[in-house]
Amino acid sequence: MTEQNNLEFNSGFSPKIVTIACNWCSYSAADLAGVSRFQYPPNMKIIKVMCSGRVNPNFILKAFQKGADGVLISG
Amino acid sequence: MDKCIACGACTEKCPKKVTDHFNAGLAKRKAIYVDYPQAVPLKYAIDPETCIYIVKNGRCGVCQKVCPTDAIDFDQTDKTINIKVGSVIMAPGFSTFDPSGLDNYQYSQYPNVVTSMEMERILSATGPFNGHLIRPSDDKEPKKVAWLQCIGSRDINKCDNSYCSSVCCMYAIKEAVIAKEHSGGKLDTAIFYMDMRTYGKEFEGYYERAKNEQKVRFIRSRIHTIEEDRETNNLILKYVDDQGKILTEIFDMVVLSVGMQTPKDVVDLADRLDIKLNDNKFVETDSFNPVSTSRPGIFVCGSFQEPKDIPMAVMEASAAACDAQTILSGARNSLTKEKTFPKERDVSDQEPRIGVFVCNCGTNIGGIVDVPSVAEMAKTLPDVVYVEENLFTCSQDTQEKLIEVIEKNNLNRIVVAACTPRTHEALFQETLKEAGLNKYLFEMANIRNQCSWVHSKEKDEATKKAKILVQMAISRARRIKPLKQPTISIDSNALVIGGGIAGMTAALGLADQGFHTSIVEKSNQLGGAALKLDSTWLGEDIGQNLKKMIRKVNNNSLIDVYTDSIIKNASGFIGNFETTITKSEAESEKEINIKHGAIIVTVGATEYQPSEYLHGQDEMIFTHLAFDMALKTNDKKIASANSAVFIQCVGSRETDRPYCSKVCCTHSIKSAIKLRNLDPEKDVYIIYRDIRTYGQRESLYKEARDKGVIFIRYDVENKPKVEKSGENLKVTIKDHVLNRNLEIDTDIIVLASAIIPGDNQDLAKMFKLSLTQDNFFNEAHAKLRPVEFATEGIFMAGMAHYPKPIEESIAQAKAAASRAAVALSKDSLTVEGIVSFIDTSMCRGCGECEKACPFNAIILEETDETGESKIAYVQAALCKGCGACSVACPTGAASIHNYDDEIVLTMIESALEV
Repeated sequence: MTEQNNLEFNSGFSPKIVTIACNWCSYSAADLAGVSRFQYPPNMKIIKVMCSGRVNPNFILKAFQKGADGVLISG
Repeated sequence: MDKCIACGACTEKCPKKVTDHFNAGLAKRKAIYVDYPQAVPLKYAIDPETCIYIVKNGRCGVCQKVCPTDAIDFDQTDKTINIKVGSVIMAPGFSTFDPSGLDNYQYSQYPNVVTSMEMERILSATGPFNGHLIRPSDDKEPKKVAWLQCIGSRDINKCDNSYCSSVCCMYAIKEAVIAKEHSGGKLDTAIFYMDMRTYGKEFEGYYERAKNEQKVRFIRSRIHTIEEDRETNNLILKYVDDQGKILTEIFDMVVLSVGMQTPKDVVDLADRLDIKLNDNKFVETDSFNPVSTSRPGIFVCGSFQEPKDIPMAVMEASAAACDAQTILSGARNSLTKEKTFPKERDVSDQEPRIGVFVCNCGTNIGGIVDVPSVAEMAKTLPDVVYVEENLFTCSQDTQEKLIEVIEKNNLNRIVVAACTPRTHEALFQETLKEAGLNKYLFEMANIRNQCSWVHSKEKDEATKKAKILVQMAISRARRIKPLKQPTISIDSNALVIGGGIAGMTAALGLADQGFHTSIVEKSNQLGGAALKLDSTWLGEDIGQNLKKMIRKVNNNSLIDVYTDSIIKNASGFIGNFETTITKSEAESEKEINIKHGAIIVTVGATEYQPSEYLHGQDEMIFTHLAFDMALKTNDKKIASANSAVFIQCVGSRETDRPYCSKVCCTHSIKSAIKLRNLDPEKDVYIIYRDIRTYGQRESLYKEARDKGVIFIRYDVENKPKVEKSGENLKVTIKDHVLNRNLEIDTDIIVLASAIIPGDNQDLAKMFKLSLTQDNFFNEAHAKLRPVEFATEGIFMAGMAHYPKPIEESIAQAKAAASRAAVALSKDSLTVEGIVSFIDTSMCRGCGECEKACPFNAIILEETDETGESKIAYVQAALCKGCGACSVACPTGAASIHNYDDEIVLTMIESALEV
C-alpha cells in the first residue's frame, strides 16, 4: 500500500466500486476467491455479463454518475 | 457424495495435517480434502491412510460432527462394480521421472534442487506459495535459476528412458518466462539443453521471444554434476561452452526438467488387459492406427501411447472416441431416456410476481450474514410477493416445496440468494421447468462465494452487501422475460474438403458411423502429399497403406468423392450448410450443390521449393519429396552416390518463415539410415540446427549415430554454402568445436525444405475461418479445442492445421470426425435463449455488428433488389450472447435478451443505492 492510500484508508474513506465481470472468466474467478476464502473489502459489488465485450461505455458513466468511486471491468 | 455442498467445514476442523501430494509435497493438507479448488466434482474426500477415525478405530470423527448436510459416512467400503461395455479407452496418463536415484544431481540432499513439477506448483497462483517464487532452503526469492533438460529422458546411462519426453523444452521455457514475470523481471534464468525441441504450432515463436525479449539464456550443454555451497545452499554448475571453454556459474536454485514415463501400476494394468507395450513401456501402435492397441476394441490416448503435450493428447482422446463410437454406432441412443416437463405457463402478459428464497447454506451464509434481515429487506422491494428462508435451498425437499410455492402463490419470477449460478443455476432452472415456468425467469444473488466467504470477519458489512446483492438481483428479475429456445434441425451429412490422408481418414471415420460424407478434392486423385512419400519413421510402407485407404474410400457406399473439384461458394451454419462445388470435366465445368451439417477442412500443405543452395540448378540436389520419389522409383542416382549431405531447416526457422516444420529431422535421419543400410560405405552427413526427433523418434537418432551418420551443427548466422566442384558438389560449413570451415565433397544433397500452407485465404474467407500469421488454419483453442474452428460445425485436421507426420494427421482426422459426429448424431439442436437480437425498425444495415461478432453469427441481408438497403440478422444457432454487437451498434438496434442496456443499467443503479 502506498503512503497516499494508507492515509485514505486510515481516514475512513471506503470507495464504492462496481465491477462488471465476464461470466466465463472473472465471475468464476470471484467464485474461486470465495472457495479459497480470500478476504477482500466488502465495498465491491459484482455485476455479471455474458462477456466483457458487452460493456457499453455508458455503463461506466452511469456508475460514476450514480456515485461510484471506481469501476472495474474484468474479462 | 450427493449431500456434500463443498462448504469446507470438515477440512477446516480436521485435526490431521498430512503431506499434500498435489502440491508436489511442498505443502500440507488435511486428511479430509479436495485436491485443488477447481476439482470436478467439487466434493471432499477422506484419505483413508491418514484419517484418525479410520486409522485409530473411531477416535475422531470431528468432520462428521461439523458437516451441516450429514454427508460423511464412515461405513462406506470399496465396492466392485461390473459394467458391460462395447469398447474401452485407456487414458491412464504418466508419472514423472523420479531423480532421487541420480547421485550426480543430489536431488534428495540439496534443498534448492527441485523438479519441474515442484516448480509448476511453486509458480502456480493456487500453489503452496500463491505463485510467489521462493526457494526451499530459506524461503527467499532466488536471483538466479537454472533448468537442466533431459532428466530421465534421452538417457540410457543413468536410466532406461532412451526416448525424448517431448514436452520438457516447452515447459522449461514457460517456467522460465513465468518465473521472470513473478519476480518482476529481475530474475536471471538459464536453460541448459542438448537440442531445443520447440517443434509444435507457435512453439518456435515462443522460444524466440523468450530468448530475445524476455532474455532467458539458452546454453547448449549437458550438466554433469551439481555441487552445493554448504553455507549458502547455492548450487554450482560447471559447463563447457560452444568454444570449448570451461565455465563455472552459481545458481540459487536448479530445476530438473524431469521426463514422462509409464507408472508401474499402469504397466501391470496393461499386462492384465493383455495390451502389448513396447520396450519404452508405451502402448504399441502403428502409424495408420495411432490409437488402436493390440487388443481389438481397446483404444489408447495421451501419454500412455507416447509422451505428448496437451493439444496432441486432446486430439488423440477424440480420435479414440471416434474409433470407440464406430464400434458402438449401432447402439447409439438405445439406453437414453428423455425427461419430460409439464407445459410451460404463459406469463408474458402478467405483472412480475417475484418469489425470493434466501439460503443459509448451513452456516456458510447464515453464520456470517444476518439472513432474517436480508429476507425482511427483500419483502419491502417492489413486485416481491413471497420471501422464504431455507437452511439449504438446493436440497431435494426444498426443491419439491419450491414447486408447490410457485404454484400456490402464482409466482412468475424466482430469485435465489445463495451460492453461485456457476454450480447451481441449472438445478434451480430445472425446478422452474417442473413448476411450468420458463427457465429464464430466474436470477441468483451470489451471497456465499462473493459475500459471506470473502467477508467472514466483517459480519455487519457482509449483511449490508448481501442486501445490496439481493436488491440488484430483484431489480433484474423485474425486467427479465421468458425466452424461447428455438430448435434447429441437423442435416446428418458431412463435407470433407481435401482428399489426402487426413481427409480420407475423416470421411471413413464418419461413414463408418453411418454418416454420409462427400470428399471434395482439387486434384484428379485421392492421396494428397502422401502420394510422394516413401515410408513412415516406423518403417511402414506408405504407398501400400495409402492404396488400401483409397480402396476403402472408393468402396464405401456412404462416401461420394468429387475429384478435380473446388468449392465455389458456401453458406449456412452448423447443421444446415449449403455448398456449391465446381467440378472440371473433360471440356466443361459442372456445378453441384451439397447440403450438409458439418465441414471438415483437410486441405493439407505443400513443400517449399527452395531458391537457395543451388536447388533447381543441379539434378543431384533433391528436396525431401523429390528424394522420397527417387527412393520409391529406385532412381540410380541414389544407388550410385557414394556420399550424401542432408541440410536441415531449409526455409524453416528463419525470419520469413519462423516456424519449425516438425517432420524434417525425423525424415532426414530415416533417409540417412536408409542410405547407410543400402551401402555402409556411403558417407552420410546431416547438417542441422537442433535435432528434433521428439518422442520415440529419438531411437532413430541413436540408430543413425550408431550406424555412422555424421552430424554437424550450424547456426542460422553461419549457414552452409553449396558450390559445384567439378563433377561433384561441395558443402562448406563452419564447425563449432574446431572453429574453422569444413569442406565436404558430396554426390548428392538433400534439402529438408519447409512445409508451407497452401492458398488458404479463399477458403478462410468463404467460411469465415481464421488463419495464423503463418497462414495455417487457426483452431478455436490451441489446447482444449484443437480440431474445432471458432465457428461451430466446422473442424480441421492434418497439415492444414500445421506440419505433422502421418500418425498425427490420422489421429487428428479421427478427432475431427468424432467432434463432427457429436453434432451430426443429433436430430436437432436446442439453442440457448440468451442471444442477441436486432430491432429491425432501428437497424440501418451499417454492418458494425457483423464486424464485432466473434462467432460469425450476424449476417447482413439485402432487403431490396438493388442490394443497397441491408438489415442485420442474428443466426441464433451461432450466437453465444456475448453482446459485442450491442456495443458496436450505433443506433441501439442490437441488443441481448435479458441482458439489455436497461437491465444492466438498473443493476448498476441498484448496486449503488444505499
